[in-house]
Amino acid sequence: MAAHKSFQGATEAAALKSKEYRGVSPIIWHIWRRPFTWLIALVGLAFALLPALGDNVQLRESLLLAAVYITLASNLNIVLGYTGYVNFGNIVFFGLGGYICVYLVSEWLWPLSAAALIAGISVSLLALIFGLGILRLRGAFFALATIGVNEAVKAFVSNFEPWGGATGIYLSLEVYEPLGGPRQALWTVYFLIVAVMTGSLFLSYAIKSSKFGLGLLAIGENEDAAAVLGVHTPLYKALAYSVSAFLPAIVGGLFFFKTGIIEPGGAFDLTRSIETIVMVMLGGLGTVTGAALGAFLYEELRGVLLTTEAFSHFQLVIAGLLLLGIVLFAPGGLMGFIYGRWPRVRRLLA
Amino acid sequence: MTGVIASIIDGVLVGAVYGLAAMGLTLIWGVMNVINLTHGAMIVLGMFALYFLASAVGLPPYGAVPVTIVIGFVVGVLVYWIAVHRVVGRAHLMSLLSTFSMNMVLIGLGTALFSTSPYNVPVPLPGVTWEGYTFTGTHIMAAILALLIAGLLYLLLYRTRVGKAIRAVADNREAAELNGIPTTQVLSFAFGLGAALASVSGTLIATLFPFTVLSGGAYELKSFVVTVLGGLGNPAGALMGGVALGLIEGIATPFMPVSWTPIIEFLLFIAVLILFPRGIFAFTRFS
Amino acid sequence: MTALLEVTGISKRFGGLQAVHDLSLTVLDGEILGLIGPNGAGKSTVFNLINGVYPPDKGRIVFKGQDITGEPPYRIARHGLARTHQIVQPLVGMTVLENCTVGACFGRAHLPLGPAREVVREAAEIVGLTDRLDDLAGQLTTAGKKRLELARALSARPELLLLDEVLAGLNPTEIERMITVIRRIRDGGIAILMIEHVMRAIMSLSDRIVVLNLGGKLAEGTPREIASNPDVIAAYLGEPEPTAASRGV
Repeated sequence: MAAHKSFQGATEAAALKSKEYRGVSPIIWHIWRRPFTWLIALVGLAFALLPALGDNVQLRESLLLAAVYITLASNLNIVLGYTGYVNFGNIVFFGLGGYICVYLVSEWLWPLSAAALIAGISVSLLALIFGLGILRLRGAFFALATIGVNEAVKAFVSNFEPWGGATGIYLSLEVYEPLGGPRQALWTVYFLIVAVMTGSLFLSYAIKSSKFGLGLLAIGENEDAAAVLGVHTPLYKALAYSVSAFLPAIVGGLFFFKTGIIEPGGAFDLTRSIETIVMVMLGGLGTVTGAALGAFLYEELRGVLLTTEAFSHFQLVIAGLLLLGIVLFAPGGLMGFIYGRWPRVRRLLA
Repeated sequence: MTGVIASIIDGVLVGAVYGLAAMGLTLIWGVMNVINLTHGAMIVLGMFALYFLASAVGLPPYGAVPVTIVIGFVVGVLVYWIAVHRVVGRAHLMSLLSTFSMNMVLIGLGTALFSTSPYNVPVPLPGVTWEGYTFTGTHIMAAILALLIAGLLYLLLYRTRVGKAIRAVADNREAAELNGIPTTQVLSFAFGLGAALASVSGTLIATLFPFTVLSGGAYELKSFVVTVLGGLGNPAGALMGGVALGLIEGIATPFMPVSWTPIIEFLLFIAVLILFPRGIFAFTRFS
Repeated sequence: MTALLEVTGISKRFGGLQAVHDLSLTVLDGEILGLIGPNGAGKSTVFNLINGVYPPDKGRIVFKGQDITGEPPYRIARHGLARTHQIVQPLVGMTVLENCTVGACFGRAHLPLGPAREVVREAAEIVGLTDRLDDLAGQLTTAGKKRLELARALSARPELLLLDEVLAGLNPTEIERMITVIRRIRDGGIAILMIEHVMRAIMSLSDRIVVLNLGGKLAEGTPREIASNPDVIAAYLGEPEPTAASRGV
């Protein structure tokens, strides 16, 4: 088999370059020196320190909610933003993770970290199995199937007695004792959530910079062309779906542990699922910065709207109009606008 | 045993209405490759239209049927121009999100106006009794009207010029455009038609069961299941699929608590999508 | 010369249409095999069958001695088969560099990201897109997009390249340039199976030609043999003027 002569040279140069990595995973090598990585770390640090330094509980609560949404949005971005598959029912990871973690803590008296981790792993595995099945459905069918997943899981949990059925599970104050009592526990859980949020930002950035991410983006551009080019489309989609379930499940576990109760309606709230999509679209589909920014901004907006009596009824309407406006007039979202105006920024952020 | 048979027959009757609703969904899909996520809102529109026409205006319940068709059509055309026109032909993601956001707006407005309280429209119609089981008159009437409207749709699609234009655009939009058909207007007409079908089925459902602003979701899920059973873009298949779903519900209801219905329907949905991507009733396709 | 690709007795039916019927052909190592025929003869269908877009109803496809019949496209790409499309399919939101990197990372070469960039630069240089590496694929001209299709396929370091009407829509200058590129690719050791309607190009490039008509093989042979084959002339090339025939076009 004759190889192209000049390709031969190129491959040799390529092999030499591989040695430069010195055994470190190429992904780590690539992003370690990038300024964006430090930016993510900085954001994580800010979230952790700002409320802690002033013992500011109100700020902590506000930032906690923002951190949860940033986690959900950046993980959703992996599927929605990179592959273009609309996971309408993304909240199912959050809810299911919440239930598994809360159940393990209250019935089996597991420590929080272990329970949350197991919740993440099990939801991720379920998502992989399930994903392999439903991801062969193209575009719209997949979107509908994910709504169906959420509704079916909600219906199932409502009928599942060991998990409290329709009333759900209440956590007694005792579960907070191992963490030093309720007051201390709230802080610990907050720091854990911030850690998960920071992890989510790193994860979506690392994926985008990797070969896996390139494959996902190719699928998002043109799935058939990607397959012809050699991207193993069914596997990649399923992996993306599974990976995007892991951290939301963990953060769900942490969130509902902190809240103290979990019931089907609140855990599998389709509205929250849609709002996550709005966040990603608002910030800029497919961008790491966008998902975080969109989540943060939307959360602030929502907070303002809910407190204003007149608007609270119209939460759904406003979210709908916002989404419609973005889809029709600014499909690239905020970051799309910024990158369009100032292309240099694209090299810095992701 | 006769109890189960009665339940089955009842299910088939209601299934005809499901089929009608699904025809609206599948029509829009077949013509412009858009999954209309305002479908549920259109059904709710039909339900509330019946309520207001019957109680406020004093119209006899079944007199509201033609009125709802018109209302549904008009609202559908509006939705097309606001949310769909600019995204037809773009990535599926866009039309999914735009129709979905329209749905949010409509349901949100509905909730603000009517809250989530249940509404009911009592329709006094004598039933048919057989072997000690009564089939309510409303069920029978609903099925008859559903089939009638489906028949009218068939006539429209296959015996009129408009219908021909719709089928041409569904087949190949560019070719239709080149042949002088104003495709954009045809698309908006077809969308209005699909919305009208959804609305009128909502009206019929309202004669059968109580409803709230949020009822659309459950019937939308049923419509998707039916559409998938019949094969997307295949109105005749949708009708058959509706009857099939009604049949399944009829068989299942005596044996299962009603809260399990979403799970069953969802599993059916997934199974059919994976096993019969062209729909179980794809053989009923005309063209 | 060994057979690189052996297609034996493949058939494909779409509803009422028999698109391909009992077709066999062979591509030898290092050769350029031309595939010509009137529109609707089934040429693109043959590509789709070889490429794995859909499986044949009957028949076998063997590549480098391995049966690849019915395998999905991504597996076939890994075997060393790359393909361009008649209607170009650029990954519009990505740059030229990124497009080709996909080819390099997921094709036969299956390189990691860093080394892939090197191979991409080589491929871009061969087709002449070196200046446009950072441009968005969507912003290229038609000719540019065609070259991108080619560069992307090359980046995978394939052993067999399927070209589907790569010259369609190009002006004469661009055609000449592309012909040179194709020759250069073959000289580097990559076999080519190409569908084309531009007669002088396919006649001058091909070592052998297969003529398709109505889903079946009409004729096979060297360009000269094909040009003078009366069945081919009747079905596709048209009656030549007496002077042209005597020149052996």
